Amino acid sequence: MMKQWQVAKRILPLLAVFSLLLSACGREDLSVMKPQGPVAQGQYDLMKLSITIMIVVLIIVFAIAAYVLIRFRRRAGQNKMPEQVEGNFKLEVIWTAIPLLLVIVLAVPTVKTIFAQGEDLSKDKNAIQVKVTSHQYWWEFTYPQYDVTTAQDLIIPTGKKIAFELKTADVLHSFWVPSLAGKMDTNPDGTLNKFSFSAPNEGVYRGKCAELCGRSHAFMEFKVKAVSQESFDKWVNEMKAPAVLPEDTQLAEKFKTNCLSCHAVGDQGGPVAPNLTGIGGKQSVAGILLNQGEGQEDGNPVLDNMKEWLHDPQSVKPGNTMPNPKDLGLTDEEIDGIAEYLANYKLDYE
Amino acid sequence: MDWITTVDHKKIAVLYLIAGGFFFGIGGIEAILIRIQLMKPMNDFVSAQVFNELITMHGTTMIFLGVMPIIFAVMNAVVPLQIGARDVAFPFVNALGFWTFLFGGLLLNLSWLMGGAPDAGWTAYTPLSGSEYSGTHGVDFYTIGLQIAGLGTLIGGINFLATIITMRAPGMSYMRMPMFTWTTFITSAIILFAFPAITVGLVLLTFDRILGANFFDVAGGGNPVLWQHIFWIFGHPEVYILILPAFGIISEVIPTFARKRLFGYSSMVFATILIAFLGFMVWAHHMFTTGLGTVANALFSISTMLIAVPTGIKIFNWLFTMWGGQIRFTAANLFAVGFVPTFVMGGVTGVMLASAPADFQFHDTYFVVAHFHYVIVGGLVLGLFSGLHYWWPKMFGRVLSETLGKWTFWTFMIGFQLTFFVQHFLGLMGMQRRIVTYLPNQDFDLLNLVSSVGAFLMGVGVILFLVNIAITTRKPADAPNDPWEDGRTLEWSIPSPPPEYNFKQTPLVRGIDAYWKEKMAGHTEMTPAEPVGSIHMPSATPLPFVMSVGIFIAGLGLMFSKDDFHNAFMNGLFNNYIVVIIGLLITFGAMALRSLYDDHGWHIEPEDQDEKGVRT
Repeated sequence: MMKQWQVAKRILPLLAVFSLLLSACGREDLSVMKPQGPVAQGQYDLMKLSITIMIVVLIIVFAIAAYVLIRFRRRAGQNKMPEQVEGNFKLEVIWTAIPLLLVIVLAVPTVKTIFAQGEDLSKDKNAIQVKVTSHQYWWEFTYPQYDVTTAQDLIIPTGKKIAFELKTADVLHSFWVPSLAGKMDTNPDGTLNKFSFSAPNEGVYRGKCAELCGRSHAFMEFKVKAVSQESFDKWVNEMKAPAVLPEDTQLAEKFKTNCLSCHAVGDQGGPVAPNLTGIGGKQSVAGILLNQGEGQEDGNPVLDNMKEWLHDPQSVKPGNTMPNPKDLGLTDEEIDGIAEYLANYKLDYE
Repeated sequence: MDWITTVDHKKIAVLYLIAGGFFFGIGGIEAILIRIQLMKPMNDFVSAQVFNELITMHGTTMIFLGVMPIIFAVMNAVVPLQIGARDVAFPFVNALGFWTFLFGGLLLNLSWLMGGAPDAGWTAYTPLSGSEYSGTHGVDFYTIGLQIAGLGTLIGGINFLATIITMRAPGMSYMRMPMFTWTTFITSAIILFAFPAITVGLVLLTFDRILGANFFDVAGGGNPVLWQHIFWIFGHPEVYILILPAFGIISEVIPTFARKRLFGYSSMVFATILIAFLGFMVWAHHMFTTGLGTVANALFSISTMLIAVPTGIKIFNWLFTMWGGQIRFTAANLFAVGFVPTFVMGGVTGVMLASAPADFQFHDTYFVVAHFHYVIVGGLVLGLFSGLHYWWPKMFGRVLSETLGKWTFWTFMIGFQLTFFVQHFLGLMGMQRRIVTYLPNQDFDLLNLVSSVGAFLMGVGVILFLVNIAITTRKPADAPNDPWEDGRTLEWSIPSPPPEYNFKQTPLVRGIDAYWKEKMAGHTEMTPAEPVGSIHMPSATPLPFVMSVGIFIAGLGLMFSKDDFHNAFMNGLFNNYIVVIIGLLITFGAMALRSLYDDHGWHIEPEDQDEKGVRT
């Protein structure tokens, strides 16, 4: 008994060091190991439990292996045959039983968490319902309770449960915000997925597409922005306000004919492409060109990003379906004008 | 010509080894290109399209065309010798299996030269792999190439089943079979049940793409998740098709170099059978995030975790085989000993992945990439290196250089750990897999650099192995029957390389580790179970080669059957399925010839049975 305790005492500091090492890894807004909400926390707890069990297993196996390899190497002049052991029933039962026990220790909380996190909140009136539609290569978020649609930046109130219904408009994608919750695939109609998470703290969290979806799979990023309830309500109102069009009437006309055939701003335009309402205030242009702001070390001014995107969308996101504005007959000046208008189109809700 | 017509299992083994090695090299180059691209953030070494082609072809090539054929090479070289047989049950079919694999593999790799490789990932998830989103012929090369290559695997598997069931030497009961033969037997059984699934899947996808069917198209009433089920009900057992032979190799090498019999032989056998059985029960753990629901996720979580139990039995049995032994660290044994902890690493992360809620985080990240490379490279490739160093003298009559072998081990092993250990952390830090590049300042940069450097080091290890082969081949073939001196199984009782007929007289098996038992009893060779007599041999024939060429032509014809070549002659040839028909006529013609023309083979008379090895 005493001896076992000593073994445990030796393992404990190792575990402590290891958890320190783990929690030192990655950004708070991105890393699985720095969970920022209860769902990710529950998953992280399971991971810690399994890692602990597995490290104990590793230590035991490595220790036996090291001992065997050092103790039983063949030495010069060793000519007598070692005893030919058949096996040992007792030992073999022991190393069948112990893994079985360890599996049970891990299986019970696993099953508990599966059912706890699998709760369907789609009928819950207190939850914010969000329909996520993935496209090659952008994310669309619809709030049916508020009749609001946005793209790329998912705005949520802190503390509220967000109930997602996921689907894809084309190929399979996977919706993943590592610091808030694990991923969930977006399937076509007929096999819609549901899940939920919440973010207790205000902040911006990085989201990724985790399923290979074509050439710009790597660039299909999005942000989750958790704001206070008041800010959220304000944001909803701003989103529903009438469209703000460019002041220059000539530019406004160009914008209407060329852009609004697919995109929407406020109450105008089409639903085919990302909703542009308040686009200048978002965290990024096209999900991948980070705008200057907190936590975005490489962020460029939003105007620069907007120009980069509009002058050659294919070089930023290869394979996307946006036509090159030049091919639509827009001049460089007009493109710059639209870029400037969009960069300044911000919603005031924070 | 001799090589094209051969039906000798030892020569077919060499063919498998060369072809598998060639594709392994291509897959390795693809891996290096991937790691160069990911060395630094926002790198533009390759385009996004080429990157997707590289990852797809790397995975597909390594699994189907690299490691599987090398496994088949070792099986072909060793299994008939281990059971005291003169060849496999169906030598003609064995050759056919090789040639269909080779032509399938060539067809798949032709895609690099003929307008675009497959780009939908090695799992080819629909609808991305459908004609709407993957417009080039890439995925057609994937479906048709793999279909042809898979035919070879299925043929090979059935052949080994028949061989092991019917051709064991007198006295070799199932519970006296060497462990490598056992794992070959179980692996072949898995192939028999798993490959039909991928065959059907590939046919359905081909129909969707080329003939406009709707199996996976939602608009037409299909279901893309169906593909995932079909793919993984093959794909998960495939993992065990890959790893069980490695288990077998390790179970041969460790006892030989520890000079002890395998600890807990019967529990090893039953653990292998149990792993194979459970392997079919867990496919949906690849699909936790697909949205199967809580009950399915819970059940598949638990069934997956259970695989840890038989695998644990194996690990401890290997460790206790060495306990009390006299371990010699030859190159072969270094790989075997290195396999054990490395595979344990891959195993424990497997159990972690089995926990569905945690898998929501792990899935499709670099954590998974790290996990399956620990299993497939750290398990299977180390196992294959071990097996090749171990059986090289038996196959070629020359012992590989030990010094170079040890260099191979250390560079490969250190490179491997550098490459893949850090990827666990990359995944946990939020790096998803299959991405062509990543933004800077996400803490991904340093670990990716380390990973790439490790990959180069692995490349050096593989090159050292090739150098070793080149140097060794120049030496005289003078290896003794039992070059390791502690050989335990039947293959070490005959010359290296074995004569064409393997055993002049079928040996009598009197226990587990038959040759060892005789040696311990003071004998130098096996007791024969039959008198010296005339040995019946199968005739060499080019028909398997011709049949495979026919299938290859038919495959190409089908693929381009809807294309416009801007040339009336070519259009007429392809669009009317004339090329397909020509290809099939060649194949069926060869089959008819084989059926109608009776070939009784030939005999080696006792006076021609000198114990010299065949030239391989």
